[in-house]
Amino acid sequence: MSGYAATGTLVRLALRRDRMLVPVWVLALVALAGGSASSTIALYPDPAKAVEAARAAALSPAIVGMYGPIADPNNPDSIGALKTLVLGGIFLAVLACILVRRHTRSEEEAGLTELVGAGVVGRRAPLTAAVLVASVTVVVTSLLAGLSMAGAGLGLTGSLAFAAAWAGIGLAFVGVTAAAAQLTETARGCTGFVIGTLGVTYLVRAVGDTSAGLGWLTWVSPIGWAEKVEVYGANRFIVALIPAVFTIALIGLAFALLERRDLGAGLVPTRPGAAVGTPSLRSPFALAWRLQRGLLIGWLVGFAIFGLVLGGIAGSVTSFVDSPQVADMLTRLGGSAGSLGDVFLSTELRFMAIGAAAYGISAALRLKSEETDLHTEQVLATSVSRRALLAGHAVIALGGSALLLLVVGAGLALGGASQFNGFRKALGHLLPAALAPIPAVWVCVGLALVVYGALPKVVVVAWALLAAFLVVGELGPLFGFPRGLVDLSPFSHGTVVPGGSVPGGPLVALALVAAALVLAAGVTFRRRDLVSS
Amino acid sequence: MSAAIEIRDLHKSFGSSVALDGLDLEVGTGEVHGFLGPNGAGKSTTLRILLGLLRADSGSVILLGGNPWTDVESLHRRLAYVPGDVTLWPTLSGGEVIDLLGRLRGGLNATKRTALVERFELDPTKKGRTYSKGNRQKVALVAALSSDVDLLVLDEPTSGLDPLMEAIFREEIHAIRAEGRTVLLSSHILSEVEALCDRLSIIRAGRNVETGTLADLRHLTRTAIDAVLADPPVLQEISAFPGVTAARLEGDRLTCSVETTHLGDLLARLGPHGIRSLTSQPPSLEELFMDQYRRGSALTDQAAEARA
Repeated sequence: MSGYAATGTLVRLALRRDRMLVPVWVLALVALAGGSASSTIALYPDPAKAVEAARAAALSPAIVGMYGPIADPNNPDSIGALKTLVLGGIFLAVLACILVRRHTRSEEEAGLTELVGAGVVGRRAPLTAAVLVASVTVVVTSLLAGLSMAGAGLGLTGSLAFAAAWAGIGLAFVGVTAAAAQLTETARGCTGFVIGTLGVTYLVRAVGDTSAGLGWLTWVSPIGWAEKVEVYGANRFIVALIPAVFTIALIGLAFALLERRDLGAGLVPTRPGAAVGTPSLRSPFALAWRLQRGLLIGWLVGFAIFGLVLGGIAGSVTSFVDSPQVADMLTRLGGSAGSLGDVFLSTELRFMAIGAAAYGISAALRLKSEETDLHTEQVLATSVSRRALLAGHAVIALGGSALLLLVVGAGLALGGASQFNGFRKALGHLLPAALAPIPAVWVCVGLALVVYGALPKVVVVAWALLAAFLVVGELGPLFGFPRGLVDLSPFSHGTVVPGGSVPGGPLVALALVAAALVLAAGVTFRRRDLVSS
Repeated sequence: MSAAIEIRDLHKSFGSSVALDGLDLEVGTGEVHGFLGPNGAGKSTTLRILLGLLRADSGSVILLGGNPWTDVESLHRRLAYVPGDVTLWPTLSGGEVIDLLGRLRGGLNATKRTALVERFELDPTKKGRTYSKGNRQKVALVAALSSDVDLLVLDEPTSGLDPLMEAIFREEIHAIRAEGRTVLLSSHILSEVEALCDRLSIIRAGRNVETGTLADLRHLTRTAIDAVLADPPVLQEISAFPGVTAARLEGDRLTCSVETTHLGDLLARLGPHGIRSLTSQPPSLEELFMDQYRRGSALTDQAAEARA
């Protein structure tokens, strides 16, 4: 065996670097699994009611499309795992992506692999160390999550099957990221590839689960494999071998690609660029647009596809049994009542709004990476004011996040056109609901800008705030949080159900808060030192 | 002649670490001023304050007659900057970066741009992430030099350049001086400073330790003497001469070093002993620098001992 020298040292280095990141993620994911299980079970006074709810949910394509099928509706435990198997599995996949990427392509891009590689370090050692750290983290997290669900009162075998299913999703994305890190030259590109794959696997299984005759699609998706374990049902541990084999194959592919490429290079060589700047490349906004357009286009395509698919699924919702239990559950998630299809779409739109806010925050925080990469220093050494620099990226973050919601609204309308007697009517029905979260999304972007302006060293606070809004605002009603706490989230205000009325007051108020935050960001940024390292 | 840069008693701390501790710096209009100091002396901090990227804690800074913190937009039309650590946007080509930075500054001289790209043998179509360190440096240099600004602020501008490119850089700086423009050149490369600069300032630990022309500074230090004498005196006698140190006698060959102010005195005293050959070597900038550096660390050591 050659090429693995110093793998142990690199594993220790990775653990040292991740000593905050990993425990926080692991705790959050374990708490999500256990907390969701116990609070969902607590919603129902006795197992019979839970079984009733599970049966109803199993019949609703909307719920199945979003959360996956219920393996055995007669087992009351199954309802406790419904919300976390797929959605929590996605979070675990994101953690796997972050861990593998930061110890492979990110390091390589920063030139650190070159520094380390000059020592007695095997060529395969960095990737091996990254895969080891990520895989162990995924398995340990899954096991703890399963145990926390057993601790919440669910059956032990089913909980261990849940752990196996989760580990399958996480490991599959360890493999996907390991391969993607060899293909792309940049960490950003690697993330885009993995998140794109994650979105596709989610949608493929959603279509497979809900469409007659396309059931095989679930079998080609790593998330679908987790569903096929049939947790709290048949508990088929053997299915978890599929992602294990898949992961080993992808890691083998990653090593094969690694052997075939130069350090720092991807498989796709960089094409030469323009010898001169186009005449339009002359303002801080033009620069910001140039840097951010690729990512925005990617997000727009993703949101359009999500809108189309979800709109299509929603079309079939009302044709199924209109069970009061499903309506009740969706109402708890969606916040207000309407027709079943509307409530489903309203729930989806709230999650899309969180997604749009996540885009907005990442676009706003591009300012931070520009600053640490020393690009901001060069721009501000020209006659560009700090306000103009900030405004360039702010416009993209604010405009881009609003555009995402517009696209998702249009996608829903197009996908669900048949249900609403044509695209035009569908648009009129759905667009106000799709656009209503824009002011709340802008508040999140404004917060990110203020944090950047005032406290550039802790921009992660912007993400923590979004996570807090998600917990209190979206999951709070489900867990029975007090109203005052739920109202702390901007997403709890001015919500519009498809076809419902638009509350002007709260929306204007949120927009004003967002405007004040953006202005405050400009003022604080003007007053501080630039961070040069 | 008014000063292009005038810094008085400048202080700047980052948390508990003091970066600048009462720095003075004056750069006259039209001069090429060398800015020297060991790593961590505060050179880059000073330049960043001049560019309005950092805010001074106290002291006065006048840049081209304005305040670098508040008059950013108007001042920056008149200056160009080459950072010490050039990082380019990975997805923009070198040509795009040159044009972008020039336009953001308020316009660039297209003729100069074309000529400089050619002179520095830069391929402007490559993407930022594919340039080597030296080529990134060239992009930043072309962007700065192809402007018609009054002041160039250069932070170790030739790091990573090969000797041929370094020579071209020197020619460009000579041309800029001939046009009466001002250059503040922070550098480690002493031969470069020696070749280019009218005056220089040496800083250490956030303070100015010496400022003047090279001739001024040389005057402050020692000259190395290597002489063959027909009738050498005893060593003790030579060592007792004023200003002489490190005297050694090997047969008829004397080597010693003498404070430059006592050089004439020494030669007068050696004359009667019959000088057969004599070489006197003025101190190189390197020796000057090392001398200042050692003095500085000696001071720091004394201070540390006093505290202990």
